[in-house]
Amino acid sequence: MEILNLEGAEDTPKIILDKKNGIFEISGRSLPEDSAEFYRPILEWIGNYSGDPNPSTEFVFKLEYFNTASSKLILDVLSALEDIKGMKIMWYYHEDDEDMEEAGQEFSELVEIPFEFKTY
Amino acid sequence: MNFIYELHRTMMSEKLILVYQGDFTQETTKSILTMAERNLDSSGEGSSTKRKVFNVMVEALQNIVKHSDELVDGETRSHAAIFLIGKQANRYSIMSGNPIRKENIAKLEKKLEHINGLDKDGLKDLYKEIIKNTTISEKGGASLGFVDMARKSGEKLEFSFPEMNSEYCFFCLKVNVPRGEE
Repeated sequence: MEILNLEGAEDTPKIILDKKNGIFEISGRSLPEDSAEFYRPILEWIGNYSGDPNPSTEFVFKLEYFNTASSKLILDVLSALEDIKGMKIMWYYHEDDEDMEEAGQEFSELVEIPFEFKTY
Repeated sequence: MNFIYELHRTMMSEKLILVYQGDFTQETTKSILTMAERNLDSSGEGSSTKRKVFNVMVEALQNIVKHSDELVDGETRSHAAIFLIGKQANRYSIMSGNPIRKENIAKLEKKLEHINGLDKDGLKDLYKEIIKNTTISEKGGASLGFVDMARKSGEKLEFSFPEMNSEYCFFCLKVNVPRGEE
């Protein structure tokens, strides 16, 4: 499967989706002008991956900031991951960032996937 | 040219640290964020306050980019809006103003009053309800932005709609972020 690798920018997160090496990560800042447009290839990639996933997947969110328009798309990403067997979300937040911790908890209440919370 | 001094005095007395007026795009949003971040960093502001101010700024700026009504006055069309940040001893105020067509006011006012009527848990529930149950509209969901601003602020959203002319009012919004509890 092709690797999806997007360099981060000041308003878009860094994305690495690499089935072969087992790296699935969204990190940085997410406040794109058009969040639906930005997240479309990511959702497509996950759609393809779900047809033939690895036995287990650790999907890493390591976001420093995301805007409200991105939050809807992050929920779409989580919903797309929900049906994949062996899925686990690693939700990273900066150790003094309570808002990011709470955001992760809220997402975990909206989908049926195990979340593990980690600080950095 | 005395207006320059007058403007300067107003900015000083209102404790404004950043004022931008003009067209708002994603590019201007990024520039304003960079400037404001530099200012917050150099003043040694606590990281929690910094993050909340940044958060509210993004939502306020993107609201203008996505939702400000175009002002049509005869031949002239304009998107001109204003964005301001004030810094008091105990709080930051993120303020914005943009034209709104009169027929759009009632709906917006209802949303804002609903948000102001909710407590912390009520806002959290509304936030979850909106992200779960709405697909993103073409213009993005403004009410989610207001809910988020209210959550990050912890105070009521202040707003008013002074009249511009027969068709437009100016939507003024002020969101306070308390400073340093760390």
